[in-house]
Amino acid sequence: MSYNSPTDLAAALALAATAHQTVIAGGTDVYPASRQGRAPSHLLDITRIPDLNAIEQTPEHIRIGAAVSWTKIIKADLPAAFDALKQSARQVGSVQIQNAGTIGGNLCNASPAADGVPPLLTLDASVEITSQARGPRTVPLSAFITGVRATNLQPDELVTAILVPTPDPQAKSAFEKLGSRAFMVISITMTSAQITCDASGRITQARVAVGACSAVAQRLPDLEAALIGTLPENAHVTPQHLTPLSPIDDVRGSAEFRLDVVAQQCVRTIKQAAMT
Amino acid sequence: MTQTTEFTLDGKTVSVTPNVGERLSEVLRERLGARDVKIGCNAGDCGACTVLVDGAPVCACLTPAQQVAGKAVETLGGLHSDDPVAARLSEQFQDHGAAQCGICTPGMMVSAVALLRETPAPSEAQVKDALGGVLCRCTGYRKIIDAVMGKPAAAIQGIGKVGDPIRRLDGAAKTSGVETFGDDVAPPDTLELLIIRSPHPRARFELGDLDGFVQNHSGLVTTLTAADIKGQNAFGVIPAFVDQPVFAETETRFRGEAVAAIIGSPAAIRQISPDDFPVTWTKLDAVTDVHFAQSTTAAQLHNDRANNVMCGGFVARGQAKSALENADVTVTGHFQSGFVEHAYIEPEAGFAQMVNNRVEIHACTQAPVMDLEALEIILGMDRSQIRIIPTGVGGGFGAKLDISVQPYLALAALKTGLPVRLTYSRTESMQSTTKRHPSDINLRIGADKSGKITGFDFLGLFDTGAYASWGPTVANRVPVHASGPYQIADYRAESKGIHTNNPPAGAFRGFGVPQSAIAQESLFDVLAEKLGMDALEFRILNALENGAPTVCGQVFDQGVGIKACLKALRPAWASERAAAKNFNENSKVVKRGVGIAAGWYGCGNTSLPNPSTIKSGIRADGTVVLHQGAMDIGQGANTVITQIFATALGLPISQIELIGPDTDVTPDAGKTSASRQTYVSGNAARLSGEALRALILAKMNVGDDATLTIGDGKIRVGKDHTLDLNTLPADAEGYVLRAVETYDPPTKPLDENGQGAPYAQFGYAAHLVVVDVDTGYGTVKPTKFVAAHDVGQAINPLLIEGQVEGGIAQGLGMALMEEYIPGRTENLHDYLIPTIGDMPPVETIIIEEPDAHGPYGAKGLGEHVLIPTAPAILNAIHNATGARITRVPATPARVRQAIKGLTDD
Repeated sequence: MSYNSPTDLAAALALAATAHQTVIAGGTDVYPASRQGRAPSHLLDITRIPDLNAIEQTPEHIRIGAAVSWTKIIKADLPAAFDALKQSARQVGSVQIQNAGTIGGNLCNASPAADGVPPLLTLDASVEITSQARGPRTVPLSAFITGVRATNLQPDELVTAILVPTPDPQAKSAFEKLGSRAFMVISITMTSAQITCDASGRITQARVAVGACSAVAQRLPDLEAALIGTLPENAHVTPQHLTPLSPIDDVRGSAEFRLDVVAQQCVRTIKQAAMT
Repeated sequence: MTQTTEFTLDGKTVSVTPNVGERLSEVLRERLGARDVKIGCNAGDCGACTVLVDGAPVCACLTPAQQVAGKAVETLGGLHSDDPVAARLSEQFQDHGAAQCGICTPGMMVSAVALLRETPAPSEAQVKDALGGVLCRCTGYRKIIDAVMGKPAAAIQGIGKVGDPIRRLDGAAKTSGVETFGDDVAPPDTLELLIIRSPHPRARFELGDLDGFVQNHSGLVTTLTAADIKGQNAFGVIPAFVDQPVFAETETRFRGEAVAAIIGSPAAIRQISPDDFPVTWTKLDAVTDVHFAQSTTAAQLHNDRANNVMCGGFVARGQAKSALENADVTVTGHFQSGFVEHAYIEPEAGFAQMVNNRVEIHACTQAPVMDLEALEIILGMDRSQIRIIPTGVGGGFGAKLDISVQPYLALAALKTGLPVRLTYSRTESMQSTTKRHPSDINLRIGADKSGKITGFDFLGLFDTGAYASWGPTVANRVPVHASGPYQIADYRAESKGIHTNNPPAGAFRGFGVPQSAIAQESLFDVLAEKLGMDALEFRILNALENGAPTVCGQVFDQGVGIKACLKALRPAWASERAAAKNFNENSKVVKRGVGIAAGWYGCGNTSLPNPSTIKSGIRADGTVVLHQGAMDIGQGANTVITQIFATALGLPISQIELIGPDTDVTPDAGKTSASRQTYVSGNAARLSGEALRALILAKMNVGDDATLTIGDGKIRVGKDHTLDLNTLPADAEGYVLRAVETYDPPTKPLDENGQGAPYAQFGYAAHLVVVDVDTGYGTVKPTKFVAAHDVGQAINPLLIEGQVEGGIAQGLGMALMEEYIPGRTENLHDYLIPTIGDMPPVETIIIEEPDAHGPYGAKGLGEHVLIPTAPAILNAIHNATGARITRVPATPARVRQAIKGLTDD
């Protein structure tokens, strides 16, 4: 049994290299998943590592430490392309969850309904992963989450940061989440859109990602291509655009309902992004 | 490896040595005595455990205790005494009735303090954002919003006579965090129970080597199984239907049914997974559907109940069939609803110990004397050897009428001779306790061209689950109420309770009437539309009146207030529909609609005795004591019963000391159920107060209109009359004067056609709701309610508003989001109840049509508040979109599908 909260990354990586460590930050996924009599016996608390708690701007990237909380993201001074991420952060659980839950944890938990994933996909984010044995590596977010509750993180590795290429200052973004109540709700569907428009208002660059409609949230490349040169208010979604999605039937809604709604949600989110 | 963790708790440095990953909530409650931190879900879904860490609200249940090393932790207890913001908020909560049961109050107040420190004058939207993470099941949130925004006080300072909107008498305990609930009584390190439950809806099982299991796990003391039950291994709430085992013996009938329990130290129990327990399961085919359950191929759950039919109910008057054949217009409908979970924020919890060879049980309950009676049978002990001391109840709504933790606690205390505690996890609570009955209703209604109803034929199937619980009550109540508060001469209503391998369905606010009201009130709108009549005027035309018979042939000469309720909605009905029409002309995707529905509910047991007894006394020092045995589960019985008693006695409420329910010292005031406490226990309190007053007046030889004052061991009337209480002999309880009075409502049995006088009084209600429907997404957002309730005489208008708003929130949840599915929604993130962001403002209109039987004319209210809400919402959805939803909850998927169905046709 051990509980360690190292204050530097090297110590954390050394611990991560030992067996049976459960990484904990906000605890918002670790505790709900813990079962009677089966609590993790070795906890590695990464919240006291300064490097993991910072949002930094480098010439190429905006680097968000893995243990940065949703509240910190909401309060951070970030370009308009991050508005979708901030909007999603405001809809993660509740204030209590936003104060504790972290962006890195959201990715590592790899829920199909993870609120942070669609906005990060539209930001072209990558995941910075580090191990003691092999040092850092960077994986595109789209390759990091491999399935329902599955990532390509190795047992001795820690996610240390999310890297977002410095966005076009003209890019605007928005996020929409559909749920059955106002707060603390798991998405039925969610959509994030980031667009850039030229002087005439036509879309020159578009990224659209959808969550809770496939095992892993997906970008919609055909839709993105079709949007180029159009006015946001004329955005139109065809069934072909939605082929990357493979929604399931569950207690929150049927697959058919999800596809129906998400087609509208894409249009609304694109228009919303244009209006910001 | 254990390490010391040091942090400041409410300003004081504390040092603890938590287990690895021990939750901060557990450390605060069990190691540091901060029992004001409440645990509702242990998953971050309810927010009751909210504390501030370095000023930021977090769920203590999701915070590893080690993580707060060096940080400042603040809880309600400390904030209340040290922080002026919290102290002021505590007053505001009381002034608005923002705390009902009080279990969410610490989470609400702590979250609000964090907001108010940064934003002293928040907007409503800011309050919602700040409190969106804390669930409340009682209040409907609006009073909480008013309190946090610091709106002018709604409560008055007063003597607390009948009609005064005073603060609740137990409010300060709730807003300061000192109220003790089921899990707050046991000392730290008390032995704990862990119940082993069936993972399957139906399974055969064999227990293995239990002694070996105990020996192999250090810290375990013993186990409990059916073999430990000295009396009968059976409980139930209706004598003819006592069918549920405390521990299943060979076969389990629903997922979550108990088969055994383990007793051990907290540290030992923490290590045990149910998977480690020596039990072998053989999964059997389960019956989960009421239609299949009645077929010959379905497994029979109970041998003496053919085709799995538990029992039925029937009311017939006139000739429904021929009246429908001759009707000018008829409409038919098929309506369905699913299981609804009570979702009180306090899971079932309690503590038991042996005291002088008697077993003493402290637990949350709605019915202490029924608990005593059940334990008498299970334990095979004389009732004099059992004492029930109810704790505070963190919400009940019907499910805490049945026993839950009590038999396990009692058996464990008896077997070990040691104190024992048990708190259900949220999942255990949801799996194993009762639910609202799913319903499957077919209804046909006819009318003549003038709009008069000319026939009504109702058949309702109710899934009562594996055991009877209150299923027979639902079966009996529904046919009596399915007409709604209307005059229907030709009426037939039949109900059946059907067993399945689902969780037992029991009592939930309204006993089946909210389900039947969905069918009846929805179909009334369909009928009115077909007749080309206004939906409200159609209801007023058919409404019950004084002197007109109910469908049971009962004639009330007075007190029928439904017409007044419906007429009170006329102004809003006109203005809101006009506003909706304007809105819709300019809105394509979002459509606004207005809906209404009405309801009635008989107060007290259906044609059965249900007496309440209230004892009061005066001590030699002049203390007036009221033994208030009506369980206050948040609804306000402590306050209302005392107001009635004080009024009858003729003294201000401030002079009355309350002794609560306790089977050793307080007489039985019956169960908190059937909207009976204000009416039945209220009458007993009135009689007790009147009798005590009569004793005083006689001793002082003064007239009926005398004004009493009391103090310093003397009662005075004017300057000339003084009664020195010290001169009177005191009884064993120390009372020099005492009055014990009982009230039982006058009812008459129902005959084979359901004709008779089932209730001495009904209460009446009508709701109006405005909804915005996003026709693209299928989401429904209620934006306003107007609720008219005939309460006879408002004993405390502030508490009435609290009941109305809270009932509407539950009706809204039932209408739009709540459905319990065994195995799939066994927690509070998959099972959704309304949050603070889901409840719109409510305008409560109090109608006072006095009832001859009620104390000062008062009628019951607790269940009425929920009945019209769901059908009003469904009618509003139809008004907005043209889509008729016949199955609740009206989730976005169902609403969207119904809207698409309109254009596909």
